[in-house]
Amino acid sequence: MMDSVPRIEDPALLRGQGRFLDDIQLPDMLHVAFVRSPHAHAVIRGIDKQAALEVPGVHTVLTLADLSEVLTGERLPLGFGKAAGLPADITPFVLCKDEVCFVGEAVAAVLADDRYIAEDGAGLVVVDYDPLPAAVDCRDAMADDAPVARQANTTNLLATFDVGYGDCSDAFHRADHVIAVALKHHRGGAHPIEGRGAVAQPSPIEDRLTLWTSTQMAHEVRALVVKMLGCDEAQLRVVAPDVGGGFGAKFLTYPEEIVVAAAARMLARPVKWVEDRREHFLSAIQNRDQYWNLEIAVDHRARILGVRGEMIHDQGAYTPQGLNLPQNSALSVTGPYVVPSYQLNVSVVETNKVYTIPVRGAGYPEAAFAMERLLDKVARELGLDRAEVRRRNLITADQMPYELHLKARSGSPMLYDSGDFLECQAQALAAADYDSFPTRQDAARADGRYIGIGIANGVKGTGRGPFESAIVRIGRSGQVFVHTAAMPMGQGIATALAQICGESLGIDAAAVRVIAGDTDAISMGLGGFASRQTVTAGSAVHLAAEAVRDQAIDIAAMLLKTTPDTIVLKDGRAWDRDRPEQTLTLGELAEAVAGVPGYSLISHTTTSDAKPGLEATRIFMPESLAYCNGCHVAEVAVDIDTGAVTLLRYVVVNDSGRLINPMIANGQLQGGVVHGIGNALFEKMAFDKNGQPVTTTFAEYLLPTATEVIDCEIINMQSPSTLNPLGVKGIGEAGCVPAAAAIASAVEDALTPFAVRIDEIPITPERLVEHIHTQSSTSR
Amino acid sequence: MTDKKQIKLTVNGVAYQREVETRWTLADFLRIDLGLTGTHLGCEHGVCGACTILLNGHTARSCLLLAVQADGQSVATVEGLADDDADLHPLQQAFIDHHGLQCGFCTPGILMTLVEYMADTPEPDEAAIRDVLSGHLCRCTGYQGIVAAAMAAATELKRIAAHDG
Repeated sequence: MMDSVPRIEDPALLRGQGRFLDDIQLPDMLHVAFVRSPHAHAVIRGIDKQAALEVPGVHTVLTLADLSEVLTGERLPLGFGKAAGLPADITPFVLCKDEVCFVGEAVAAVLADDRYIAEDGAGLVVVDYDPLPAAVDCRDAMADDAPVARQANTTNLLATFDVGYGDCSDAFHRADHVIAVALKHHRGGAHPIEGRGAVAQPSPIEDRLTLWTSTQMAHEVRALVVKMLGCDEAQLRVVAPDVGGGFGAKFLTYPEEIVVAAAARMLARPVKWVEDRREHFLSAIQNRDQYWNLEIAVDHRARILGVRGEMIHDQGAYTPQGLNLPQNSALSVTGPYVVPSYQLNVSVVETNKVYTIPVRGAGYPEAAFAMERLLDKVARELGLDRAEVRRRNLITADQMPYELHLKARSGSPMLYDSGDFLECQAQALAAADYDSFPTRQDAARADGRYIGIGIANGVKGTGRGPFESAIVRIGRSGQVFVHTAAMPMGQGIATALAQICGESLGIDAAAVRVIAGDTDAISMGLGGFASRQTVTAGSAVHLAAEAVRDQAIDIAAMLLKTTPDTIVLKDGRAWDRDRPEQTLTLGELAEAVAGVPGYSLISHTTTSDAKPGLEATRIFMPESLAYCNGCHVAEVAVDIDTGAVTLLRYVVVNDSGRLINPMIANGQLQGGVVHGIGNALFEKMAFDKNGQPVTTTFAEYLLPTATEVIDCEIINMQSPSTLNPLGVKGIGEAGCVPAAAAIASAVEDALTPFAVRIDEIPITPERLVEHIHTQSSTSR
Repeated sequence: MTDKKQIKLTVNGVAYQREVETRWTLADFLRIDLGLTGTHLGCEHGVCGACTILLNGHTARSCLLLAVQADGQSVATVEGLADDDADLHPLQQAFIDHHGLQCGFCTPGILMTLVEYMADTPEPDEAAIRDVLSGHLCRCTGYQGIVAAAMAAATELKRIAAHDG
């Protein structure tokens, strides 16, 4: 049965025997260091390689022109190519051509005997830049006279779109109260502790290239590199070794990966690039800024009539994927609440900063923050309790399944299939002793301490399609294999898939070998994003394992000369229930249908309809997203002299449907919550007025450490999803969706005497002290 | 421009003599020259702690040390923690039992820090564990499983010490 079994990933990782990208060492390998732009925006007048080429050990210096002989194009094709209505020339170049558009954009690649020498060379490549004015703040960049982020642009406004339904003007006309907020939501980078990297090795024997890359999407990388190199799928194998975290940063094929593959092909030698942290700060995707102006219409009982407003999204200099990040934000504002009418106008604006795609949470935390800030303000202005305002507006259990009046970007309807949001909030409030908090708060204030409690609800669309695939196979050795295009990157998905397979076949998870992240192992699949893999790959593995179980039982019945209904699979064997001494191992069953040249498949049965092999391939296609939901309650103390925020308690009630491995599931929640805490209080990717990044080390850009966070108290509700055979919903991003909103609510509550309003994250100590002083001096 | 120097050192009890480039970090020497890739590089500027090793029994950032600085010294890395292929160190076992790792990239450095700390502090409390962990960045776990694993390991190590004593 499903349980918190130990992870099959752990022993090797704990012994230092993991195999991460940078652990791959090949003979004759060249190492890449990139020459990166020091300017946010400039024209390239020339590139002088000479001094670099004179460094002993530097093999070559490659520019876009040099690579053109092995590339089919100069810039990357648009990922998510179905994204409608976008112009063609918005994607990143493989290497800059004649213009740099953000600090850190790769201009040339130096290949040398080791990384030290490559960096020596990179420092000696002379690029003649002619700096141009930069578009930095996305609101300023919308002005008519703003500098353009790219010279090909006439405007920085990449796209505008509207999302909504219902009659907002009528709702706002009828409203008893209209309440507005203006918010800035900032999320920085993804920052897996392992950065990006790639190694390409041309085969000396076959016309074939192997590309190892630290990615969340091996099959998508293969498709894109095949396109860029003009080869076919048999000529390129993509493998993700152990991946040291992704969080969105590795859900993209980067220009650097193309350069590594192209250079290896051109030079017929292995080529390796592993980024350092500064490169991650400069050139890995970020999530960054959204500005929200929202208003809410409510009746006299604080029941929502409508929400409307506008959002401006900082896209950065290029659009590698499409508009999925601002689209997700726009589609998820209403969250777990009944909102009869909704209108949002979104502007997506190009700036001279590295491009954005979703980081863990993928637009949902921003939307949750906006909605929850609105509801807190409704409570304050109507003199109601914050939990009560939410209680009056949450979708009720008897409204499930609840269809929103919106469509996901796939075109499928947005539907909450199950869950009890009111119960979820009730359990969270009870666990956090919410009702007694005012007493505690009064006591603390009498003691000169400012404590506050915050609540936030959130939903997250998980299990995104269109499909995921799996092969379950029993080898003649008796080994059970799961092959999948799902991508492990720390979530424990290999263990979860092994458990799902093991449950069908009557074996322990530890006895299943999961082969993932290798395009040779399975022909197609989409990889790791949107908290999707237990839902999609898990269901595919389940279906395949059930099919193999049926095959194994049929064969066992034939061999043991009985009927299938008496066969059980347990402990790696098929047993005849009526004759327990009659057993066959899974290996013996596989051997029996492996075939002997010239003989019938199962030679001693004449009526056999057995088919060769113990193997099944299944694809699971979810009809729509499986939404998980959660309620977070945070309790904080604020030091009014220093602005420091200390977490006192953090309660999570989460409903991700049936849990395959509760230990792993809770680990995902804890990590997600702390990511949200980082966004709420610490992480700020800062740029100066020229677009120069000023936080490019972990000393300047703060990730939460063990002393800033506390244990989450977690309660799991398990409302089974009706959308997949396992009843599961995703969980990887669930923790970070409401976290920042809950903390903002708590900080604001703590500072009620100072009437401080939290309208921006991260909530930095400087800003809090400034707010407290401003309010103190006005009130005096 | 290369400048090389002979160094002698022991790593996990094994003696090595190697010629190294003077500008190479200890981390690169361990990983590339000795093939001990369990020590990881997460930031290369001394903050994330993934590269933490023991130098003469004390934690050090191997990304901030040069290999030549380890000349004549004794180095311990994650590969040396378990006595043999069958058994894990109690700290490693506790990380399995309490879900102290997810992607596992930051884990080797954390293990080395905790090994040193627990040798010095047999009865740590949670605040002290969090304090000592604050020199490490983990993006996956939120530290909750790491703290739980460390507390459990401390108890187990104390039990073993009492038993052996």
